[in-house]
Amino acid sequence: MSIFRFAVVQFPASNCDQDAVHAIRVLGHSADYVWHKETSLGNVDAVIIPGGFSYGDYLRTGAIARFSPVMQAVRRFAEEGGLVLGICNGFQILCEAGMLPGALIRNRSLQFRCEHVFLKTVTRDSPFTRSIPDGRLLKIPIAHGEGCYYADEPTLDRLTSNGQILWKYCDASGQTTDLANPNGSLLNIAGICNEARNVAGMMPHPERACESILGSEDGRMVFESMIATLRPAQKGATP
Amino acid sequence: MKAKIIITPKKAVLDPQGKTVQNALAHLGYTDVTAVHVGKYIEIELGPNTDPKKAREALDQACYKFLSNPIIEDYQLEIVP
Repeated sequence: MSIFRFAVVQFPASNCDQDAVHAIRVLGHSADYVWHKETSLGNVDAVIIPGGFSYGDYLRTGAIARFSPVMQAVRRFAEEGGLVLGICNGFQILCEAGMLPGALIRNRSLQFRCEHVFLKTVTRDSPFTRSIPDGRLLKIPIAHGEGCYYADEPTLDRLTSNGQILWKYCDASGQTTDLANPNGSLLNIAGICNEARNVAGMMPHPERACESILGSEDGRMVFESMIATLRPAQKGATP
Repeated sequence: MKAKIIITPKKAVLDPQGKTVQNALAHLGYTDVTAVHVGKYIEIELGPNTDPKKAREALDQACYKFLSNPIIEDYQLEIVP
């Protein structure tokens, strides 16, 4: 079995970086930290921008991290088709960087929400969802105060028609109700991808749901989707 | 010379903070308040020889690119002596 290399970017006040590295290693692949001052990612197959409070969330969540040297490298990696997954603060950073549309604002309740939620996978046609069985709901924790997804109506229409909405918050029976929406996100959006489908962001934490001792292994399916995508890509790249 | 920047959430964007402050004001008896918008104020100090016109142009860019997020916020920029 091929072992793939994941880069996990570390900003000052990232705090889910170790969880992300651990999750990738649990899945049998390689993960290394890349410090925010680095200008290169090295030879990696995929990038994870982890959760936390990069740069203290000063000004706006993700607003400062976006200008760090490593983000230029992440942008180049994405432009060349590399897989990039932003989780929680990583999602906020990718939106601020303009690599994903929209923005994440204060939760409707003004509360920091820390709990397990259910996610409905809207499309399996993405490198982040392809290994999720059809109709299978994911039980994955959230932990954020600013996870309310906002975009103007034309953007939301485009996200919908292009199939860029990957996950929506739902209840245990898969209904995307207002009650099941923990933060007020428009259209119950929990995660999206870019138009090229190689960059995704999600507020829930799949890296915290990869071992049964943590209450759920559903997060594995997100990373397994990425790994399944890398497999044929690597085969093609090898002469 | 100073730049004064006021950043407010766009009217179309949900502003739960403004709404909560409005509710609290109502509890205090300020029942005529029809809406509250909570934003940010940024003051930037500039050197004495700064050209106000150039400073405005540069800071307008900074507001658009960095100090505000145009998807969710509006800004007002003022240069004062």
